[in-house]
Order: sequence, then C-alpha cells, then structure tokens
Amino acid sequence: MDRAEKFALKVTLVLLGVFTGLLVYAAKGLNIDVPTCITDVEPFTEGKLIQHAEDRYELHLLAKMWYFEPGEIEIPAGSVVDIYLTSADVIHGIKIVGTNVNLMAIPGAVAYARYKFDKPGEYLIVCHEYCGIGHQNMAGKLIVKPTTTARR
Amino acid sequence: MRVPGSIKTVLYIEILLPMLLLVFGVYHGLLQVLYRAGFMKELSFLRIEYYQGLTLHAVINAIVFTTVLIVAFGNLMFLYHLKKPLRPAVQWTGAILMVVGTLMAAWAMFTGKANVLYTFYPPLLAHWSFYLGAALLAVGSLVPFFFDWIPNYISWKRENPDKKVPLAVYGVFINHILWLIMLVPLVIEIFFQLLPLSLGLVSEINPSLARTLFWAFGHPVVYFWLLPAYVMLYTVLPKVVTGEGKLYSDGAARLAFILFLIFSFPVGLHHQYTEPSITDSYKLIHAIFTFGVAVPSFITAFTVASSLEYSIKSKYPEVRDSLFAWWKKIPYASTEGDKWLVSYFMAGLFLFLIGGITGIVNASYNMNNVVHNTAWVPAHFHTTVGGLVTLVFLGMALYFLAQLKGTEVKAKGLAVAAPWLWLVGMVIFNVGYSIAGLMGYPRRTQTGATGSYFDPSSPYYMPDWHFYAVLGAIGGVIATLGFVLYLVSFVSTLFAPAKENAELYIPSAEPYHDEKMPSLQKLTPWVAFSVILFVVSYIPPLYDVTKRGVFFDSPGYNDKSPIPITKPQSARDERKETAEAK
Repeated sequence: MDRAEKFALKVTLVLLGVFTGLLVYAAKGLNIDVPTCITDVEPFTEGKLIQHAEDRYELHLLAKMWYFEPGEIEIPAGSVVDIYLTSADVIHGIKIVGTNVNLMAIPGAVAYARYKFDKPGEYLIVCHEYCGIGHQNMAGKLIVKPTTTARR
Repeated sequence: MRVPGSIKTVLYIEILLPMLLLVFGVYHGLLQVLYRAGFMKELSFLRIEYYQGLTLHAVINAIVFTTVLIVAFGNLMFLYHLKKPLRPAVQWTGAILMVVGTLMAAWAMFTGKANVLYTFYPPLLAHWSFYLGAALLAVGSLVPFFFDWIPNYISWKRENPDKKVPLAVYGVFINHILWLIMLVPLVIEIFFQLLPLSLGLVSEINPSLARTLFWAFGHPVVYFWLLPAYVMLYTVLPKVVTGEGKLYSDGAARLAFILFLIFSFPVGLHHQYTEPSITDSYKLIHAIFTFGVAVPSFITAFTVASSLEYSIKSKYPEVRDSLFAWWKKIPYASTEGDKWLVSYFMAGLFLFLIGGITGIVNASYNMNNVVHNTAWVPAHFHTTVGGLVTLVFLGMALYFLAQLKGTEVKAKGLAVAAPWLWLVGMVIFNVGYSIAGLMGYPRRTQTGATGSYFDPSSPYYMPDWHFYAVLGAIGGVIATLGFVLYLVSFVSTLFAPAKENAELYIPSAEPYHDEKMPSLQKLTPWVAFSVILFVVSYIPPLYDVTKRGVFFDSPGYNDKSPIPITKPQSARDERKETAEAK
C-alpha cells in the first residue's frame, strides 16, 4: 500500500468510527431509540384511547384493511401518548406525519412508541406499507387541541 | 477469442431476455411517478393495476434483469480470462431454468395473481407460480456457477499455481459465492412458509420470521448487483478511459471484494428497525456492521479515482502536475472506439455518490425513524441500484452485444447521451422524493388516486407533498427519455449485420501497484468466516421472532375471506359495513 492509499483508508475508518460513536451516543446516551419488542402486551383486537391522567394517554391503534381504529384521535396539547400498534390482518405501517413516530404493524406482535404532542394541529397518520388494493385510502388523523388559557 | 456457436446463442438469450423485460420494467417505472403525482387518478391503466405495475417494475428491474445479466457477465469473464471452454449442456440447462422461472413469475404478475411487490411480505399472498418461478430463476443462475465456473476455476489454479486468478474472475467468483449464501434464508422462506401457505397446505405463518428471513437475503442482494459493476470499474474503466490506462492497486480491489463477502451478511436488520419482535440491541449491532460495509465502497471510490488520475496523467503530460485539471481530460462524452463506455461509468459514479451518502442515513439506526418507508428510500436506491448498477449493466449489455455480433455499436451518439439524460432525470427525481420523504410522503402508495392524498376533496388532502411528487415525475420522464435513447442504440446494434468469425475482446487494465496479498488468494477461510458471522449475527434475532407472533388464519388470505386484491372493495364500503355491524 502506498501513502495515499493508507491515508484514504485511515480517513475512512476515522469517519465511520465517528459516525458509529455518535449513533451509539444518540441511542444510549440521549435515549433516541428505535421501537423494541413488547413482550408483556398481547396483540389486541380493538383500538381505543385510554386516558390515565390529565396529560397521559395510552393509545391502542389497530391497523386493518384499510383503516385505522380509532380513525380520529383527539388529545390536548402537551399530552404524552404511549402508542401501541398491532395489525388484524396483513402487514401495515404507520408514520405520524410531522413526528418521528414510525412503526410497522405486524400481525402477532405489538410495536410501541412514546411521543409528547406539544404543538397543536392535525397530524396525519399514513399507512406506509403496501397492504392491498385500498392501501392508498388507509389513513387516520390525530388532532392535538390547543389547551385553554384557563388551564394554564 | 472466438465464442463457439452454441454458447453464443445462450449468451444472446441471457442478454436479450433481461433487456426485453427491462422495457416493461422502465415503462412501469414511468407510470409509477405519473400515478403518484396524480397525473393518473385511476387505479388501473391498460388493465394493469397500480400495485401490479409496481410489482412488475420492482421484480423485473431488481431481480430478473440483474440476475440473468450477471450470469451472462460471469460466463463471459470466465470464458475470456481463463480461456477455458464453457460446457454447452450446463449453459443450456441454466438458461432454460432461468427462462422458465422468469416466465412462471411473469405470468403470475401480468395476470394480477401476484400483486405483492418486490418484498412479498406474507400474509399478503401471491399465486404459487410466482414463488416457484423465483426459486427456479435462482437455481438456474447457480447451474453455471457449480458446473462450469467452479471446475474451471479449480483446474486453472492447478495449472497456474504461482499466478493470481485474474481480477475479473476473482470478483465474479466471490459475487456468486455471496449469492449462494444469501439464497439460503430466501429458500427457507419460500419452501417452508410461502409455498405451503400459497398451496393451502398450512394456515398459519409467522410474518415476523418471514420478514427476518427475507431481509437476510434482501440487503446482501444489493451487493450481488453491485459487485459486477465494481468488477467493471476496476478492470474495464481504467483501460478504456485512455486506451492504455492502469488499475491503481490490484490488492485494494481484491481486499474490497473480500470485505464485501464478510460484511454483506450481518446487516439485514437495518431494514427492520421500526418493527416489534426484535430486541433493539441486535438492531444496533447490525447498524454498526452496516457502517462496516461502507469501507469497501470507500476503498473502491479511492482506487477508481486514483486509477483515473494515474491513467490520464500518464497519457497527457500537460496535466501531470495539476490537482484537478486532469478531470477535464476524462472522455465524458466521447464516441471514439470503446470510450463511449466511460459515460456510463461516470454518470453512474456521480449518482452513486448521492446514493452512498443517503444510504449512510438509512443505516443510521435512530435516524431511520424519520425516513423509514417514506419516499426518501426509493430516492436512495434509485441512485444506487437505479444509478451505478443500472448504468454499468446497460453499458455492459450494449458492449457485449456488439462484441458477440462482431460489429461496432450503432447510433453511438445516442448511446453516449443516454446515461447523462438518465443522470439528470434521476437527480431531479432524487431531490423531489428525498425532500418529500423527509416530510413524511409515503412510498409504495398510489398517492395521486381519487380519495387519496392529492385529491382536494379527501379529508387527508396533503398539498405540501404535491410539488415534490411532480418534481419526481419530471425526473422520471427525463430518465425514461434517456432509456429510450439507449434503446435506439441497442436495437440498431442488434439488427446490424453480424460478422461470422467475431473475435471477443474484453478490455482489462493491468495493475500499477501489484502487491502480493497471499492471504486473499485462498477463498475457503474467508467464506467460512463469512458464513459463521452470518449465522452468529442472526441467531438471536431469529430466536426473538420465533418466540412470538405466529399468526393464525388471517382474513387477509384464507378462503372464507379471500384476499381483496382479487375482489376489489373500497375502504369506505368496509368502514360502512363495520359501522352497520356495530
């Protein structure tokens, strides 16, 4: 190997080392992690929104050909939502547009993500995994209502 | 050298079949961008439904076109560099298996019995002929490897114990070893899950297991497409760029191939970051290995660039001391001799630069949460597979067609313009879809359909995405035009008068630095190491997914409620029915 080649190889390794370090730091240090396996929740058969406290919600989101259940979800701004997702038939996926909530809905398993909805507005929930001929109509909405001034 | 008649016929089949199918593949690619941007609002055009077209586009371009052409490429490299005859019986068996397999899968796709896309995630289910056809295609592609390449490789080594195997043969050989290993999980998925389910022999399946097996194949296969392009970059490009150029380092090239062999396998989970069933620490391990696979690409980038620099500088003394001026001497659009090939390489390399960077984003574990299954992902792989791989394969197909016929490439000007038009189109497409993807625009979706995201009367109307989808469509149209130019040149060459005693010549650059790296000459230890790494990195995730998630009697595919692809029913009707039932 000549000098230029050795230098290029070193730059490559340093660069990838830095990337890897940042990635591990983000995942383990900053807790920006990917969805992991949920072993204590059985796949459910109906979707629902459960309120645990004023700003704490648990959302059971069921993906089916070709709609989400519940299709429209309303929560006040500032709520922390624990999202559980499963599928009743084939493989679906969700992306809550404008957030980093991005999960696969796989029959027989439950995906999980937690998100704090601070900004009021309408968040589109799209199915982003092909699931049959009605796939393009499979969408839902999550509406974050502005909290009233009285409560502040 | 002369190619015997019978082998020549097989090679013609292996070049013309993928090209013929690619015409359909590119056509459906064009329809995809038009559909998605809302220029076509119906679900079906000329009785081909959107998702059916998507399946055709992906399966043809990514699986059939590549596999068959890679076999032709390998045959030519073995024949030319080892100077050992290929066995007609073996070649015909392989070719016939591949043709039959392709026809079986094509029948299922064209009749709408296999609208399952490239990924065919169960419990979505296709006709059994689709899966069996895919399996036959794979088996056919291995026949020349087992019965021609391996025996020829061994006997050449025996006759030349002190010589290194020619670099092109080395690369092609490693590539097919890679292919053989990655087919194992796919074959398990097809024969133990998909085929029994499709034939109605079983009624339960584990979709998470199927996905894990699929992606153990589905990412390494990218390197199976990439390595022949790399072989061309290392051996052909430096030679044709000046006519007498050299490869900068032979050892670096071999090292890159070995690194691909090792790192191709422990990377599959980066497609499954966002799904349950797999513990996240294994995902992180696969993420780090995925970064590792960038190393041979970096080595290649360096070696290709320095080969170009060395070759140009030794031919043109006036740029010898320049830092960048030698770039101007690269024949980007020359029609002289074989130099037209350079345009395919250079356009492909520019696209691959974008593809490499976006690929590192995809691999970056938590960053994937932003882009997973959005239009970002097709933007990425259209600059890699649809960029470097496609362009080098197109150049290769045209070059070898002309070689087999013993004629010059016809309409060379068009052939040189084609890759640049393709590049412009793909860059525009890439910009549009990358930005839209960051905004959440989903992939694999007829977003332009009535009632969907670009229909103002839909409750889910998304005007923000529309501009970028249109940008994607413009890029798609330009790229298609590029392909049409190529096709004109290809067809004119095909119908040009053939020469009886055509001599096959494959340009091959001599190395400038020719180091002995004896440890890279014995392949068996590397293959063993690669297999062990593959198995070890997949035991925990496979254990994870088999613990849970068996899915019984899905309404998605069983007889009581057949798969809705064959019985279209709109989402609204179903919603109404559910409401009434309540």
